Amino acid sequence: MSDNEAHDRDPERPVVLGDLSERLRRLDRALEQARADDVRVDERANGMRASTQGMAQALRLATEFTAGIIVGGGIGWLIDWSFGVSPWGLIVFLMLGFAAGVLNILRAAGLAKEPGTPEG
Amino acid sequence: MDPTPQFQITPLVGSGPFAFTNSALFMVVTTVTSVLFLLFATQRRALVPGRWLSLAEMSYEFVASTVRQSAGTEGMKFFPLVFSLFMFVLIANLFGMIPYSFTVTSHIIVTFALAMLVIMTVIVYGFWRNGLHFLRLFVPSGIPIVLMPLVVAIEVISFLSRPISLSVRLFANMLAGHITLKVFAGFVVQLVAALGAIGWGLSILPLGMAVALTALEFLVAFLQAYVFTILTCIYLNDAIHPGH
Repeated sequence: MSDNEAHDRDPERPVVLGDLSERLRRLDRALEQARADDVRVDERANGMRASTQGMAQALRLATEFTAGIIVGGGIGWLIDWSFGVSPWGLIVFLMLGFAAGVLNILRAAGLAKEPGTPEG
Repeated sequence: MDPTPQFQITPLVGSGPFAFTNSALFMVVTTVTSVLFLLFATQRRALVPGRWLSLAEMSYEFVASTVRQSAGTEGMKFFPLVFSLFMFVLIANLFGMIPYSFTVTSHIIVTFALAMLVIMTVIVYGFWRNGLHFLRLFVPSGIPIVLMPLVVAIEVISFLSRPISLSVRLFANMLAGHITLKVFAGFVVQLVAALGAIGWGLSILPLGMAVALTALEFLVAFLQAYVFTILTCIYLNDAIHPGH
């Protein structure tokens, strides 16, 4: 490489503007290359972060749904047990628990608003 | 090859409900390890961090950015709680990966206690800071008055399901992961015992599976700690800004 460059440049010729601009262009190219490498590294890091977050979200979904049903069923059973209205408490609150489970999933997936967020 | 004895709780010192069990021992070990790790790592502070210091800084930065993203800068007052939870769950999960050790987080009572700690903090702080305005969390705006009882009931159930889903997720993942690992490792021994020479050849398959599952379990150990942390932050955000 250095051999070639030495060959290209006439040693007797003084360093003129053309030579300088050539070197500047080479520097520009090197900088661009380095910047592109940086971006590629950043992209890889971002991709890793995104996949971690994606997996974290996927792990959330399954339990969010069951938890809603368990709580709904639990409340219904408690109402039945304490007021003796079996099986109406269980029926009503199991349905409400199902709705809450679906709401939980929609929220975990970011498809429904978080509670209490204003309109719009 | 019963995969469940690894979850057996046995009293080490004393007996009855207040015995010092193997579960308690590993909780103490987990806490002491995380405290010693941070004390040791931050002892020699330097502008250019060494290996241990950069590990400690990385865990700090990781949790701090999670808190800031999910709960805002105001959420940073809960940073000590969130960071302790993250370190405890992460190190307890990682300790569980050591053969013959006990996995603290594979028992639902432990994870449920952690989840209740988070939810009680949310409720107490929410009422202390916002008063009755905190209840706005259960009343979405712009709902017709006729639908209100139904929607509020669903919102309340959804709120109550949070500690359940938080604890069940962590416990179920650790439990299922360790059982699967043990079952596949058991296949290796069973194949050799049942088929002799052919079994040696065949047992490579479950052995490879066990190796892959071990790697997966390390990932899950970290991911579960991360999920627990990020959900804690999201719930704390509700306490700080209910209904904005």
